[in-house]
Order: sequence, then structure tokens, then C-alpha cells
Amino acid sequence: MLNKKDLLSIEDLSKKEIIAIIKNANNFYKNKKISIKEKVLNNRTQINLFFENSTRTQVSFEIAGTLLGASVVNFPLNNSSQSKGETLIDLAATLNSMNPDILVIRHPNSGAVQLISEKVTCPVVNAGDGNHEHPTQALLDLLTIQKRVGRTDNLKIAICGDISHSRVARSNIFCHKKLGNKITLIGPKTLIPRNIDKLGVDISYNMADGLRDVDVVMVLRLQKERMDGGFFSSEREYFHLYGLDDRKMKYAKPTAIIMHPGPMNRGIEIDGNLADNLDKSVITMQVEAGLAVRMSVLELLLKNKYENV
Amino acid sequence: MSKTTFINAILIDPKSNTLTNGSLTIEDGFIDKINGPSKGNIIDCKNKYLAPGVIDLGVHICEPGERHKESFKSASMAAASGGVTSIVTFPNTIPVIDNPELLEFFMKRARESSKVRILPTAAITKKVEGKEISELSFLQDAGAIAFTNGLKTIKDPKILLRALNYASSLQSLFIGHCEDYYLSNKVSATSSLFSTKMGLSSAPRETELMGLERDTLLSDLAKVNYHAAQITTKKSFLKIKELKSKKNNISAGISIHHLLFDESYIENYRTFFKLRPPLRSISDKEFILKNIKDDTIDTISSFHLPQDEESKRLPFEKAAFGAIGLQTLLPACLKLVHDKILDLPTLFKKISLNPAKLLNLKSGILKEDYPADLILFDPDKPFTVDRFKLLSKAKNTPFDGYKLYGEVLKTFVKGNEIYKSRNTIDT
Repeated sequence: MLNKKDLLSIEDLSKKEIIAIIKNANNFYKNKKISIKEKVLNNRTQINLFFENSTRTQVSFEIAGTLLGASVVNFPLNNSSQSKGETLIDLAATLNSMNPDILVIRHPNSGAVQLISEKVTCPVVNAGDGNHEHPTQALLDLLTIQKRVGRTDNLKIAICGDISHSRVARSNIFCHKKLGNKITLIGPKTLIPRNIDKLGVDISYNMADGLRDVDVVMVLRLQKERMDGGFFSSEREYFHLYGLDDRKMKYAKPTAIIMHPGPMNRGIEIDGNLADNLDKSVITMQVEAGLAVRMSVLELLLKNKYENV
Repeated sequence: MSKTTFINAILIDPKSNTLTNGSLTIEDGFIDKINGPSKGNIIDCKNKYLAPGVIDLGVHICEPGERHKESFKSASMAAASGGVTSIVTFPNTIPVIDNPELLEFFMKRARESSKVRILPTAAITKKVEGKEISELSFLQDAGAIAFTNGLKTIKDPKILLRALNYASSLQSLFIGHCEDYYLSNKVSATSSLFSTKMGLSSAPRETELMGLERDTLLSDLAKVNYHAAQITTKKSFLKIKELKSKKNNISAGISIHHLLFDESYIENYRTFFKLRPPLRSISDKEFILKNIKDDTIDTISSFHLPQDEESKRLPFEKAAFGAIGLQTLLPACLKLVHDKILDLPTLFKKISLNPAKLLNLKSGILKEDYPADLILFDPDKPFTVDRFKLLSKAKNTPFDGYKLYGEVLKTFVKGNEIYKSRNTIDT
């Protein structure tokens, strides 16, 4: 079903594999009780290795692993080997010698998770690497869309905001291109990479044009911590031009849903009231879907590992 | 001193652009006679090729400071076995070669340990920081053959102009690295769909043209001879071509790596392909390859930059840039000959004659009274590069596992045989 050792990127997945992960995730959605027999991570060890601060993703992976029966270890990185100068590859070798059954890794550099995955024998899940990819985010977005819109194809999707620094945007673009959906990227020209149109997406520098008739509006967080300054003038001008509010939302389909990977900057990329409007906003649902998708991914990778030996 | 005559050789003459069958006699470290009577020691070349030794312009030796990466001894062995008889060093060592005492020490170490010629450049600004001008006149007296800031651009155009003005009175060559400092600072790839997909920090390729335009405008003001070390994009190639049609104080080079590789090689975050400048698009590479045989690009070099494994086994953005190339320069260039992109005399113009001319060296051609820096080689022998068998201490070659061509049979510097292949043709 999932024909690889690791989940490193959506770009690597086939459409069939994406659908399979989503289908399997449906079995776990809303914490459906799972019998002991189904707990494929029973007596297994999952290590979460987060080189970058994270709350929701790390906790989501921790609960997902725990519900599947794993012993989950959150590797403490703040005062560990990293500050003592140990290299990433040495750390990977050390962890590998502890024989974990699965590793979940987030790292601030693009490609770093792949680098570790090449040095360990167990499956690795990329929980976000630099500006590259965040595959489980795109998958949980897809599950949310399936639940709320009722389909995963024939969709018009807008991704708004800081595309340049967003791994979420990249994973979603790859995902929806594979599913044949139409994607428009909206944002200031400073935050949309040149050449990205070659991936087969439309680009718009204003919300009125870009949001026209879309089914799904994905709002990205302004990644201020990744910027080295000077990408836009001020937060109030950014909100005026690109912040999602009721006025701009009128250009989208009346049934359109609003998504955000969190954490939100209220009043910068999204109006607070709109974010709380549960008729349109599915932001909390995304968190629920995240748990199901991560359980699905952990299960499929683990089944792979033990059924292929 | 004894004489040696090479008989039954194919002589490569980059100056007259010819390959001729003949003989060559050397005496006291110099070429004595071409096609004269056989004297002294006879070496039967059995129709292999005899050429002037390669002059590799822009090499990082890592001594002083980082001898675990490369030393004069290891660099010299790598060079000799790759047909390089002169190494033009960059001054970016630890400490930087920016004062005459250090340069004297550097040359002392070179004389003790290197069998090939070491021709040093010196830093045009102290510590290559781009802030204060080095003691250029003292450095020239101590043997610096050109000035450069290495792979670091001088940020401030005011300082660059002053440094160039100062250098121009010494009639010396300035070797520039063409990149706009601010656009290129801390980036690890060329902007493209490729770098966007990989999520890598990048600079548009126009950064090179911007650096080139600034540098050449200021060189023109200062009336200094300017060599653009690496021209790797179509736009800057065309700019050089345009400038050369009007002026004669401008020259340009390229690294062999930028002729054989493009940005697609960094796929899977392969750090051995992280170079400075970063590898360019396929279309830039192909444009330059198509035009490499004309006179726009004067020199092809390796820009040999050893890095230890630890500096490369890192996430791509964190990894050090650079690749070793002394030993693979000639075999990689011979791939161009094999692919019919260059003929042998034109190749040796770019790897031997032109670097000699730029640096005012009496070298680079097979001519009477010229130094006997020679190589005897077989250009057709294919082999597969195994990085662990290369003689440099650092093993960061992008050619690992690649098929290249050519085997150096013998290398001579000042008439002395300094290298002999195991498959030597001696009987």
C-alpha cells in the first residue's frame, strides 16, 4: 500500500499511495476505539526528534503513537548532544543503535530529515524539514477536505500568504497536483518564489482575483522567524492586502472552507472572528484529522517494515 | 646536466594549434630542441602525447591552517599525477596570505614539500575582509603573481576601486569572484524551480552579471588587468564577449565542474555538488559548453577546494562548498575532447598557454628555451574515479563513480621527472 521505508515528502508519493493513506486514516478518525489486535505499535518504540520548536505536531505524533500502542520517547534536544557539538549523522547512528521502530523528525534545514533517514534502518517520518516539505500536514488537510467538501478531486484551491518559506505550501502543491486539482497561489511577490508557476499552479498577487470561485482557502502563517527582513512593509498593510477577512472571503464560493496549519497570527494573516466562524473555518477539524492521518502513516510504515521482512 | 630526448611523440602545440609527430630534447631544465638529433637519454613515447604541463589557476591548498584537508605534499602529488605542473594558489588560508612574511613562510613550505611549481596569489585586502588594502608592493616583491580576494567578493565598491587603483601601479593581475555580495550572501543554490522544490535558499543567476559589471567598470576606471575567475551563466558569458571586443585587459575562466555538471546534480541534497558559485541551470551549462571553444573563456581550472568529510556530511544548507579537482582536472577536460567539444590543442590553450599568458609566465608552449614543464599522456584511456584512491587528503570530488578519460604517464617539472605512472611505457 505504501511502498517505501520512509515518508519524506509528498513529491515521492503516488496518487494511489496518497489515497491509501487517507482511506486508512478514515479508520482512525475521531479516536475510534481500536482493539489491541490492531495496535501495530504494541511493544514498539517511537522516537520523536524535534530540532525545531513545535507544539501541535509533536503532541499529535505522540498521541498517535500512544494510541497505536507504542512507547513514545520525546528526545530532548535543548540541552543534549547538539550543544555538545555532536553531528547530525552521529546522532542518527546513536539513535539507530537504540533500535527504535520508527523515528519522527523535524529539522530547520531542508533535506536534513532525508540525511538522517539514509543513516538509520527504521522508518522515518518527516515532520517538517526547513522550507522543503511537511507531508503529514498536506495529508491531514486532504482528509479534512474530504470530510467537509465531500470529495478530493475536481477542486479549486487557493493557498495564501508566505509561499517562499512554507513547507506546508510545497507539500500541498505536490499533493493537489497529483490529484488533478486546480491551485492558485496568492501573496505579495516577495513571498512567492519565481519559477514556481512551472509546477503548474496559477499565481495571483491580489486576493480578489485569486480567491474567485475557490472551494478551499488555505491561509499560511507568516513565518517571521524564517525571514531575514524586508519581505513586506508592515503587518497592517499585509493584513489589508492579504489578511483573510469577510470582505475578501466573498470572492470565494459561498460554500468555501478556510484552513490554517496553525499556530495563527490573528489580525495578520486572518481575521480572528473569521477564524472562529465554524461555518467556514475548519481549523480545529484539521487538528483532529492530523491525529488520524498520523496514526495511518505510522501504521502503514510499520506494517511495511514487518510484512516485508 | 644530462639531456633527454623524447622520440615518437605527438607534440601538442596550443600556440600554432597543431598536433605533430616528432621529437623533443630537453637540457638543464629547458626545452633545447624540437625535432633535432636524439641526444642523451632516449624516451620512446610510442605515439603518446607530449604537452606543456597544466597550470591550474585558483587552487586552495589549505596550508597553513588546515593541513588535515590538504598539504603542499599531498596537493603536489595529486597535481603531478594529474598532469598539473604549476599550481596557482588562492590566499584564503588560515591565516590569510596578506603580508610578505607569511608569503615567505608559505613559499618556504612550498619549496620543501612540493614537486610542482607553486605560484602564489596574495590577498588584495587584509584577511580578505574587504576593508583594508594589503601591502601589495611588498607582497609582489615576495613573489605574489596576482592579487585576489579568493571566493570572497569585496562588499564595498569604494574599497574595491581603491584596491584596484593601488594594484594597477604594480601592473598586476586582479582575479575577481563575480557575485553580488548581498544577493549571494548565505545562499546555497541558484534560484530555479529546482531550488524552490527543494526548499533551498538561492540567488538569481543575475548575481554573477551584477558582480561582473561592477568589477569590470571599476577595473576599467583603475586601468587594471581583470580576470573573472568563474563565468558560469549565459548572460555573463555574453557580457565578457562584448567587453572583450572593445578592451584587451579583461579575461575570464570557468571551473571544469560548471562545464560538466548543472543544478540537477544537487538532487537528494548531495553536498559534494555544493559549489561556489552554485551549479547553474542545464541551459546555462549547455550554452557555455557550446561556446567554450571560442576565445571568450580563456581558462579552465579546477578551483580545487578540499573539505573534510565532517564539513560535507551535513544538511545541504549547512555544508561547506567546494570540490577537489587537481588530479581530475585533465581527465575531466579530456572528456570534453572525447565528446568532441574541444580539440587537444585548444584544450591546452585553456589549461596551459592562456593561464601562463595571463600571469606573464614563460610557459605553456613547446618551444626552445621554454622551461621543460611537460607531461606525457594517453588521452583515450577510460577509467572510473574512486574518490578514496585520489591522492588529495580530502576526498570531496563530485566525480566519484564517474567515467573519465586519460592517463598521465610521466610528469616533468624543470626537466625533472616528478611522476611516473605504474603503467609506465618505460621498458
